[in-house]
Amino acid sequence: MRFAPTPDQLELAGAVRELLADACPPEVVRAAWGPEGDTGRTALWRQLADLGLLGAMVPEDVGGLGLTEVDLVPLFVEVGRAAVPLPVAETVAVLAPVLAGVGSTDLAGLVAGDLVGTAELAGSGILPWAGCSDRALVRSGAELRLVDLTGVDLAPVVTVDGSRAAARTPSVAGTSVTADPAELERAWLRGALAAAAQLVGLAHRQLDLAVAHTRERKQFGVPVGSQQAVKHLLANVLLDLRFCVPVVQRAAVSLASGAPEARAHVAAAKAMTSEMAGRTARSTIQAHGAIGYTVEYDLHLYVKRSWALAASWGDVAHHRAVVADSLGLPPAVDPSALPWEAAR
Amino acid sequence: MDLTWSPAEEAFRDEARTWLDANVPRGLPSGDTREGFTAHLEWERKLFADRWAVVSWPERYGGRDASIWEWLIFEEEYYRAGAPQRVTQNGIFLLAPTVFEFGTPEQQDEILPRMAAAEQLWGQGWSEPGAGSDLAAISSRADKVGGGWRINGQKTWTTRGAFCTHLFGLFRTDPEASRHAGLTYLLVPLDTPGVTVRGFGRLDGDEGFAEVFFDDVVVPDSAVLGGVGQGWSVAMATTGSERGLTLRSPGRFLAAAERLRALAVERAGSLSASARDGVVEAHLRAEAYQLFTLAQVTDLAEGRKAGAESSLNKLYWSELDIALHETALQLLGSDAEVDGPWSRGHMFSLSGPIYAGTNEIQRSIVAERLLGLPRK
Repeated sequence: MRFAPTPDQLELAGAVRELLADACPPEVVRAAWGPEGDTGRTALWRQLADLGLLGAMVPEDVGGLGLTEVDLVPLFVEVGRAAVPLPVAETVAVLAPVLAGVGSTDLAGLVAGDLVGTAELAGSGILPWAGCSDRALVRSGAELRLVDLTGVDLAPVVTVDGSRAAARTPSVAGTSVTADPAELERAWLRGALAAAAQLVGLAHRQLDLAVAHTRERKQFGVPVGSQQAVKHLLANVLLDLRFCVPVVQRAAVSLASGAPEARAHVAAAKAMTSEMAGRTARSTIQAHGAIGYTVEYDLHLYVKRSWALAASWGDVAHHRAVVADSLGLPPAVDPSALPWEAAR
Repeated sequence: MDLTWSPAEEAFRDEARTWLDANVPRGLPSGDTREGFTAHLEWERKLFADRWAVVSWPERYGGRDASIWEWLIFEEEYYRAGAPQRVTQNGIFLLAPTVFEFGTPEQQDEILPRMAAAEQLWGQGWSEPGAGSDLAAISSRADKVGGGWRINGQKTWTTRGAFCTHLFGLFRTDPEASRHAGLTYLLVPLDTPGVTVRGFGRLDGDEGFAEVFFDDVVVPDSAVLGGVGQGWSVAMATTGSERGLTLRSPGRFLAAAERLRALAVERAGSLSASARDGVVEAHLRAEAYQLFTLAQVTDLAEGRKAGAESSLNKLYWSELDIALHETALQLLGSDAEVDGPWSRGHMFSLSGPIYAGTNEIQRSIVAERLLGLPRK
């Protein structure tokens, strides 16, 4: 038993954190909201490729780092903390490992950073990052298909997080990648895990902003953060966040070891982080007061990404239902019948 | 990241489980009544006889020198087996860590074996009528007399105080010194002349509380634990244990979440969507608490200190416990008002955010020490 990241894992996460602090400050996220998208994204993608991150889950013999889900969690926490306006999770956790499994010609381009790949397996009809991606992994029934977005006429969708460059999922058939149900489930669970880890990082960033603000901002002659009501509001955010972290880590351990509980453990992680994200956004906006309710200030960049991710890769209701199923809970009955009527 | 137990740890688990399955008594009355307390003492002595009372202690004091991992395993098995509440807990989990850290060799040899054997039964004497969350406001005093100290004052909310034999507490020994500096940690046998103990009912009606009055009670110099005037820092060492995982190990909540799940299955015909969701929530939070402590114990095992983190534990388990019991009452419907383990557990859960430092105090600690928000 040793339930903590290894020094190597921490070192890699530290390197990613440093790189992103420098290469993906709030101005880069903000610029990605522009109507034309932003060319700064290309440079950032290249830097991530140079670090080897894009092929993190690709086996070493085909040019990747050969890392596991467990190594990936601290990396995606950092991607979340910086709200990287690119489909890092989709490429690294979902698309690249799937393509590595079937030996696609696009794999080398993705790992090298020449191609940007997105993925959407829920079937929502909205493809995140479509506007800045070259490839998309989508699902048709129980089959994964790869769509080449080059030259495809996209119908952009205005979403709450404007940096996500979303579009209607194009009605292009693409090519079949795999119809193996185990592969499909693994891809889905990796996507959900990566979203959960990003939600942790996003919450950290929101909390850091709220703490910095409430230490500085004075009212009634004292920092607002010295008021007990504000302290307790932010203590609750930390509490919520800190107890999500080990649940996300366990999900990664189960997924990496192919444990049968992986499905329920990923569901626990995604359900808890998605709920935590909602509470964190609300509390950190409140702690900021009026400035938190603007787009002038950076907080909204992180809040809106966390709202988007909380609803992606399965929402709270779905993941809680998976956990309920794993517990063998009987279905609910409708208790609205009056005492003498039959239950529904 | 490794979430597996070693073969030696698995063997320890098997041994604990086998022993518990064969020995756990069923249907003991509440340990917070005089009759129930006596019944629980028999259980405590059985635990001691087979060296399961204090597994993490050295063998010479009745323990097994178990690692902190093995202690966690034992706790998991203990609650999974549905074993009784530990009426010795305030001694073995709160006072003992302080005796190990600050006690003289004589104090250790005198107290620890008797505590493990449930011969000395310890109550906590911290709160007073005028000092609760603001512990440093205590006014019970101990004045220097030849060879010892003379105590006058009153303690209250002493858990199972009416059934205990001894009390550990904080007393003001230097009224001139600043609030925190003038305190001394004293160990007092409750049969000392001048001590009066009066039990009274908790929310559930059991006589689980006591107030303790001191009228010219004289104790020897050897009653001082950790040095005259050092009481505050000595006491704070105990609060870490009380808030953190030693008092409320994850096994307790995992077992409760499992009982809740079983209750939901049993009540399938009337399971509402909101109660079903409550069962899921209790399960998620009990597991999160377990995983959090596994990470914390990894840190402890590798020499990193938990510090103010124990306030996070306390907030989490106390609120989890209430939510879990509220869901149980929801599942029980109109049966919830019947006196029973769930209705009693629910009442007891409401004390969680109060004892061991109220949750309001814990949130302020989290905000100031972990987030760095200004004290004033």
